[in-house]
Amino acid sequence: MAVVFEKTKMLTDAVFHYCPGCNHGIAHRLVAESIEGLGLTDNVIGVAPVGCAVFAYNYFNCDMYEAAHGRAPAVATGIKRVHPDTCVFTYQGDGDLASIGTAEIVHAAMRGEKITTIFINNAIYGMTGGQMAPTTLPGMKTTTSPYGRDTLQCGHPVRMCELLNTLVEPRFIARGSLSSPKEINRSKKLLRQAFELQHEGFTFVELLSTCPTGWGLTPEQSQQWLERNMVPFFPINVFREPNQMPEAAKKYTPDLKVSDDKPKEG
Amino acid sequence: MALTLMKGSEAIAEAAIRAGCRYFFGYPITPQTEIPEYMSARMPEIGGCFLQAESEVSAINMVYGAAGTGERVLTSSSSPGVSLKQEGISYIACSRLPCVIINVMRGGPGLGSIQASQGDYLQATKGGGHGDYKLIVLAPASVQESVDMMKLAFELGEKYLNPVMIVADGMICQMMEPVVLPEMVDFKVDYKAKPWAANGKHPSADHKRAVINSLYITVEELDGINETLQKGYREIEKNETRYEAYNMEGAEIIVTAFGTVARICKSAIDDLKAKGINVGLLRPITLYPFPYEAVHNAAVAPGVKAVLDVELNAGQMLEDVKLAINGDQKVEFYGRYGSHMPTSEEIYEKLLSMREGF
Repeated sequence: MAVVFEKTKMLTDAVFHYCPGCNHGIAHRLVAESIEGLGLTDNVIGVAPVGCAVFAYNYFNCDMYEAAHGRAPAVATGIKRVHPDTCVFTYQGDGDLASIGTAEIVHAAMRGEKITTIFINNAIYGMTGGQMAPTTLPGMKTTTSPYGRDTLQCGHPVRMCELLNTLVEPRFIARGSLSSPKEINRSKKLLRQAFELQHEGFTFVELLSTCPTGWGLTPEQSQQWLERNMVPFFPINVFREPNQMPEAAKKYTPDLKVSDDKPKEG
Repeated sequence: MALTLMKGSEAIAEAAIRAGCRYFFGYPITPQTEIPEYMSARMPEIGGCFLQAESEVSAINMVYGAAGTGERVLTSSSSPGVSLKQEGISYIACSRLPCVIINVMRGGPGLGSIQASQGDYLQATKGGGHGDYKLIVLAPASVQESVDMMKLAFELGEKYLNPVMIVADGMICQMMEPVVLPEMVDFKVDYKAKPWAANGKHPSADHKRAVINSLYITVEELDGINETLQKGYREIEKNETRYEAYNMEGAEIIVTAFGTVARICKSAIDDLKAKGINVGLLRPITLYPFPYEAVHNAAVAPGVKAVLDVELNAGQMLEDVKLAINGDQKVEFYGRYGSHMPTSEEIYEKLLSMREGF
């Protein structure tokens, strides 16, 4: 019998601990398949976050670090500086990356650290039981915003792709979604592109994901809720590609002189 | 041996490089900024990596990342910055990674001052971050000793798979002294000898993947790692306790002090000796492991009538000195808060006044 499909060898045989309907499992597989598809299996190190994906080190079948909350890009920086020719990736959720780890992700992107960051945005803190995230939508109820996110108190959610797109160095910034087979296929292409371009500089893929448990919806309702409520605020888009560098990505090379005048003699 | 006149911070940085350190992650803070400054110029010359992080929090996590590859990795900071590093240090300690952290202590609490202090003794020796862990803590009293400690620090870290902290003070890093620099060490990571180190190779029958982690979610697993850590600390206590004993013969009083303060005490002791009064100095070189036995033995030696603990803080090592002596000798304390360095005359007078009570 011919083998028509095999599980990627970039995933271990450990059983995922994720809730039914959660998109982490899909995201893990897409990441693993992208790495294997690019032939990077024998030269890759990953960094797991704090949050629902904290056990990612049990699932990705490669050298793995578990970082403190939000610090994955700094840990990845340390790894990459030692192993510049190794593919290094971080896998982080929205509490981890867009709240406690904002400094780390912005500065890794600013330095043009040659790593790939996969950012899972499900608009909630899943692991700790459904608290408000920096990406929680206006009016959305969570266990720490029981009356709905009040933008007068907490502002509007942060859009990380757009924020990072103001920096010069990133080579690839994109947002995909895991809400349907079509979007999953598109997201896989984004991940593949991000890993492919890593040797050129910082690459970043945000994946809009569901949290049925935290949202209090069925898996199917969650997919619909994501498309209806998240996508309008977090548009699916490729924000930066190497061949389409926006104005913000123009390098600036000042001459560092005070003026054009020659210094006065005497 | 050629002597070079060097500023403490630069001598320490050069010594780290000569000990095989090729990765430095830091952040500017007075009075240690000359270490990152020196590294920023020197590392590119020798193919190493200097990186100025966005914060001390990031710098220590870069250390975590780089240390997990088995390389010799260094960061330095000063008290407020070291407080920020504590989260990362706790993770590094639990993940059992070797690295070296320098704390050039300045006055505190809070933003404190930029002058020399010893106010971080408790933070350095009793854990500092969350959880049951220990750092190996080395306290140099001169620029030369700081230089000599760098290689030892990396070696101890690798031997016990434990982070090592060097606590200096602003005085040691800011003063210039003649030093003998060691030879350059040719350091290469041997991944066979360090199976825990990450190098990106895919796992196979004879190669397990590296998982660098401090999460142990079940009771049994967490018990296991803590047992391993504690066993390591008992080994460190057994093998690595270091101290200097000075002028112990016929001493009436034993002074306990570390770092720069111990040097000032030495001057006072020499002045008293010239007058025919014998005072001994017991200077812990490893603050953890603390030389409990040596301190106790010195304190109860025949002829000794009291112990004087001298520190640039409100009495932090004093707790360990008292634990060591366990009530078997009278212990007095002479302390100055950080930034107010006592003179040898003040200590001389204090020791004389203690004799009046004998």
